[in-house]
Parts: sequence; structure tokens; C-alpha cells
Amino acid sequence: MSIDSVFVHKMWNDNELSKMVKGGVPFPMLSDSGGKVGSVYGVYDPDAGVETRGRFIIDPDGVVQGFEVLTPPVGRNVAESLRQVQAFQLVRNSKGTEATPSGWKPGKMTLKPGPDLVGKVWEVWKTKMAFD
Amino acid sequence: MPEEFKAGCARPTGGPVGGAGPEDPAPAPEIPVKEVQRPMIMVGRKAPDFSAPAYLQGKFVTVSLSEYLGKWVILCFYPGDFTFV
Repeated sequence: MSIDSVFVHKMWNDNELSKMVKGGVPFPMLSDSGGKVGSVYGVYDPDAGVETRGRFIIDPDGVVQGFEVLTPPVGRNVAESLRQVQAFQLVRNSKGTEATPSGWKPGKMTLKPGPDLVGKVWEVWKTKMAFD
Repeated sequence: MPEEFKAGCARPTGGPVGGAGPEDPAPAPEIPVKEVQRPMIMVGRKAPDFSAPAYLQGKFVTVSLSEYLGKWVILCFYPGDFTFV
């Protein structure tokens, strides 16, 4: 979503993005002229007249599970966004019985919070696991 | 699913759905009160619904966030088309 019109979105997709992504952008390119939606989400900068690089993860109930907002010159890490969605999906599927520690990615160990784990995380989770 | 619309000369626009928006006809209160801050987005709270025009695979469509209930959504904002990053 940006403040550009759908006509500009079409030109950008058809003339540039479709050369980066085969078949073009597969999801809706949303237009928010005036930044009305961006204002509600706290990402519209009225001084610049544009939206900042906000990214919101919304679950199947319409609940915001996470967000990140960057200033324009720095691009996002798409893989990190997908990792977060996978983590939220795991937690949701476990009905809250599992949690993903720092550095978790699919296949890595999760934590099962409960009385037995209090003060014992150091035994099962090592600091290097945040980085591997 | 997103509904297609015909492109005319008017620039299509959207906006927040429900709640008090800028075009809400409700009269402003007479008594000056403390400036009401917009509720900030918070994790664990509902994402504000909106409806917006969109370009999708060769068509112009209207998309509402509420259409995606039941699915995971990544909603991204960015400064503008053709802005390099």
C-alpha cells in the first residue's frame, strides 16, 4: 500500500516489477491516496506526504501479531517476516502451549512454558541458538 | 474476494471502514476537551479495517481487509512506486 494511484501501480508492475518477479506482483497493490489508511496505522508521514515502510502481520482473526516500521532508505528483510509468520502459526496451532525462543526458525526447538520450565530455560536453550 | 471496478477519470480512493473517520458526519463536540489521540496500533488488538482500490494482475479491484479474515495477512506500506528500495 502506498499513496500512489492504481494507475501508477499498474505502470510500476507492468514496466518494472514484472521484470523482477515472473508474472508480476501476485497480491493486491493497494492505493491509499491522502494516506487515510496509513494515518490509522501510524505510518503516514504528513510532512513528507508519503507512507513509511510499515509491515503488519495480521492473524486469521484480524488481530495484529507484530509490526515493524522503517524509514524509507532501508529495505525490509522478507525472510524475517516469513519466519515470524511461521512462528506465529506454530504458536497458534499449539493453542499457546508452545513458544518460539530467540533465533527460532522452522525445525528448531520450541519451548513449552510451564511450572517445570521456570528457571530452567538455561538447561535447554543456549545463547548460541539465537545466532545459528 | 476483491471486486473489480471500471477505471474512470476520477481517481479511485478508499479509507478506513467503521469508526470515526475524517468524513464522519458526526458533529464535533462544542466543549474543548483534551485532544483525543487516535488509538495506536497494538499487538494483540484488532487491525483497523479498511477498503482500498488496488491493482491486481491486470485488473482494478476494491479490497477490504475484512475479506481476509481466516487467512494470515502481511500488510506492507511503502513510500512510493519507483522509489528504488
